Amino acid sequence: MKYFLQLVLAGLTKGSIYALIALGYTMVYGIIKLINFAHGEIYMIGAFTALIIGGVLQITTGLPPVTILFISLAAAIFFSAGYGVTMENIAYKPLRKAPRLTALISAIGMSLVLQNYVLLAQTSDFLPFRSMIPNFSFLIPGKSLVTTTQLVIMITTVVVMIFLTILIKFTRMGKAMRATSQDKVMAQLVGIDINKVITFTFAIGSATAAIGGVLIANHMGQINFYIGFLAGIKAFVAAVLGGIGSIPGAVLGSFVLGMAESFGAGYISSAYEDAFAFVILIIILIIKPSGLMGRNEIEKV
Amino acid sequence: MNKVLKEIRTSALSALWMMILTFPIIVIKVNTINMTVNWRWINLMWVGTGTFILSWLWRYLLDRKENGSGLKKTDTKESRRFSLHKSLNDKKMRIPVLSTLAVLVLVLPLLVNFYQVSIMTSALIFVILGLGLNIVIGYGGLLHLGYAAFYAMGAYSYGLMYLYWGIPFWVALPLGAVSGAVFGLLIGFPVLRLRGDYLAIVTLAFGEIARLVLENLSGFTKGPEGIAQIPRPGFITKLSLQGATIYLFYICIALVLFTIFVMRRIEDSRIGRALEAMSEDDIAAQSMGIDLTKAKLTTFALGAIWAGMAGVLLAAKTTYINPGSFTLMESVMILVAVVLGGTGSIPGVILGAFLVTLIPEYFRALSDYRMLMFGVALVVMSIFRPQGIIPRVRKHYIVGEDQS
Amino acid sequence: MKKLFTVLVLLLAVTAMFFVAGCKKEEGAIKIAVVGPHTGDLASYGIPTIKAAELVVADWNANGGVLGRQIELVIEDDVCKPEVAANSAAKVVGEGVVAVIGHICSGATKSAMGIYNEANLPAISPSATNPALTQSGNYPNFFRTIAPDDAQAATDAEFIDKKLGLKTVAVLHDKQDYGKGFADFTVASLEGLGIEIVLYEGITANAVDYSAILTKIANTDAEGIVYGGYHPEASKLVQQMSQMGLDIPFISDDGVKDNTFIQVAGEYSEGVYASGPMDTSSNPMSQKATADHKSTYGEDPGAFFINGYAATIALLTAIENAGSTDGVAIMDALRSNYVDTPLGNISFDENGDAIGVGFAVYQVQNGVYVEL
Repeated sequence: MKYFLQLVLAGLTKGSIYALIALGYTMVYGIIKLINFAHGEIYMIGAFTALIIGGVLQITTGLPPVTILFISLAAAIFFSAGYGVTMENIAYKPLRKAPRLTALISAIGMSLVLQNYVLLAQTSDFLPFRSMIPNFSFLIPGKSLVTTTQLVIMITTVVVMIFLTILIKFTRMGKAMRATSQDKVMAQLVGIDINKVITFTFAIGSATAAIGGVLIANHMGQINFYIGFLAGIKAFVAAVLGGIGSIPGAVLGSFVLGMAESFGAGYISSAYEDAFAFVILIIILIIKPSGLMGRNEIEKV
Repeated sequence: MNKVLKEIRTSALSALWMMILTFPIIVIKVNTINMTVNWRWINLMWVGTGTFILSWLWRYLLDRKENGSGLKKTDTKESRRFSLHKSLNDKKMRIPVLSTLAVLVLVLPLLVNFYQVSIMTSALIFVILGLGLNIVIGYGGLLHLGYAAFYAMGAYSYGLMYLYWGIPFWVALPLGAVSGAVFGLLIGFPVLRLRGDYLAIVTLAFGEIARLVLENLSGFTKGPEGIAQIPRPGFITKLSLQGATIYLFYICIALVLFTIFVMRRIEDSRIGRALEAMSEDDIAAQSMGIDLTKAKLTTFALGAIWAGMAGVLLAAKTTYINPGSFTLMESVMILVAVVLGGTGSIPGVILGAFLVTLIPEYFRALSDYRMLMFGVALVVMSIFRPQGIIPRVRKHYIVGEDQS
Repeated sequence: MKKLFTVLVLLLAVTAMFFVAGCKKEEGAIKIAVVGPHTGDLASYGIPTIKAAELVVADWNANGGVLGRQIELVIEDDVCKPEVAANSAAKVVGEGVVAVIGHICSGATKSAMGIYNEANLPAISPSATNPALTQSGNYPNFFRTIAPDDAQAATDAEFIDKKLGLKTVAVLHDKQDYGKGFADFTVASLEGLGIEIVLYEGITANAVDYSAILTKIANTDAEGIVYGGYHPEASKLVQQMSQMGLDIPFISDDGVKDNTFIQVAGEYSEGVYASGPMDTSSNPMSQKATADHKSTYGEDPGAFFINGYAATIALLTAIENAGSTDGVAIMDALRSNYVDTPLGNISFDENGDAIGVGFAVYQVQNGVYVEL
């Protein structure tokens, strides 16, 4: 029973990690129907920014780790959002009317550019990322079940999800986002500046990726320029699994994916860990072709 | 004058923004082990001036793309640029142009060194892959992100059949194509109900599962260690290295020609038109009596045949295969070749495949910068030629005699 | 129409000129290829060998070169991918090299060796450790200045049995060529010594979290973990083990016996065991090589530097001994003579493995690897 619980918690950790990246994915997709291949890179840049700013503060000032954590998190959010918005402006905005596949190629190109940019400006080696999250003393007896970083990641995921849901359901901007996602022309007709809405969506999506980047780097203890690619793919899978475009769907999809991997590794073999995730994905999509919480699109002829 | 001032202001603002944005990553290099911080201020200057100039150029080009040249102008430009393409349709020109090309291709291996032949062969294999994926994406309109799995099927069918039964290249080639097609059908069945990006993600999943199985079934497939010492094709007797490479080059040329021939036949066939109708509007196609199930399965199987053949060629060329050659990145690169060149257009896909393989090869001098430049090229090409470098030319049917 | 022809003819002429220019050969210098990953994520394993070859060649050229001719290096990148390695191999063969130092990764080496065999060129790798390269007899032109994986696995297994005295271990690998090979040979050696393997599994490289598999190990009665793979995953594993409170010995391979591992894993790396080539820091030639590297490049040498240095010396000496640049003569000379290198006094056996090169087990103590 303890083993089962351990696996559940391992799955929840993994799921929360995927969710933090998948949320941004799903928001961007929801609004411009673009598979933003470079989203994983934004997450990587968030982690790098936090490492750099945190490192400078640690060396030049004597601030306590928690303060450094919050300052570097804020910096990561600011810069990631900046990169997201700039990327949208350069690589996606001119392609609003182009075929969707072309926009996808542009996104792939952007992903290569950002990876190699960090590789050239920083390094190809793995860099250590010292955890800045202090250990909660009440968790020490149960550390074989859940560690502090794991708990922080899970709580953050839930908070971010609630925040985003409120933002989309109850604010003016959220309303504009929903309208833009449904019909861009119609949204413009009723006076919505869709460029502003799209920019805002990229900023929020990238900011969540940055939060993910900082927390995950704290958890893994190391980063390099390539971490975004695979994490991005997994997050994309999770977002589709939950029904792409849906905020709670992305979180649910991520948890299902994390659990599938954790139980697959725990009860069968970790060699096929990824395969379990993909098999679950295929089965779910065959039964429910638009994902767990995706709207069933009714075809009108 | 006012306009120039405005331009300078915009450029200066973009430069300032980029300088702020890239500041942490470009300027600061921190070493948390030795506790040192390295401030590279000079880089900031490069970013500033670079952005200032590039943003100007960027806006100028975007502007020209949007409204600088009217419809008429573009028309003539298009027709000039694709004179080669057009001349191929002109009967008088077709023979001399094609024969010049043929002579060029046939004497190429005799003119150039062995390395050039080798990378040309790699490029030709990629052309076959691109044309195969073009059936799925260009004709069928189905986004496929697991194409490398079919490629792996072909390569492993030759590798394994040689390993266990000593089957030679010429037997493996058709068998590779068949195993590709079978695998294509196997994937095709479960995904019949899916469409759009859901289809894309499931093909991605299948591609990854196929690779994981190859990696983990190490008793049978040799796992990550890979299969080595796969023979190159021999011509009557075993050929020398140079001979075998040139021979393989000619085989690839022949297969590319065969592929083009088949593609053109498919375009004009019932199946081709059914696929086209399906990619335009599947519901309308269905109501016109097209069997969507059949059409989708045909798309997957037809696409997979070429990947299977390309896989056999790859195994014969490198003589060594392992699962690491068939990753998601490989699928993405084939997709890039198709879309960059021009989805649905045969000459476009051929050009795209050459660009994707040869640019990184010839840009070796740029070393670390080559992947960065490749990424930039993808973004720039997408924006300035969204339909691809050589866009697809749709068939026109003219009804009535007065218009002809 | 005329225009089109002009364009085509021009195109043909330009292509022909371009290609012909590429084939021009230079007489005089003896060319030696250095091939390995020089860009991409594995570049840090390939670049030190270029530097080693450059230092040795600069030394020899200053003393009159070899056979009275100067030595020229032809450097090619194979990014550790088999399909690229075949093209790089074709390229250096076309450039007229007489021998190859490389490749770095075993998979790339296998794909390239086919071409070198046909061209009759010897290749000496400083780092490709896959046993099949020497033991299968399929690669007669292959030599290496590093011991194969099975020798390394045997060293580790003996250490686990004799020094650590473990009875049960869990074996993990990263599902890649090197890591899985090492894990498989370790399992074979451990079973031969009567140690029980309670768990044998592959893990996904680059994954974000390993708590599931570590939980699984914690629920077996494994007394230690053997890991085959590289340092990025190893540092994640040891960090999570420590956070979970899974306190058992972690034994790994040469891919982890790297200072980057200690830097990245930090405090968590304390006590980790890893096997690596025997310590050569007391060898005067090795000291000179390291000092040269520091004075020329201003930093400490990277992975496989000493092995690459030894490979270059062995190759040049063999050419001198053979008295010609013929591939067969060079290979005979490599096999029949002993040569002084930073790795000690070495020669090559029939299969191409270096005699006198072996492995030792190290442990991280106070932030440095210490030979045990």
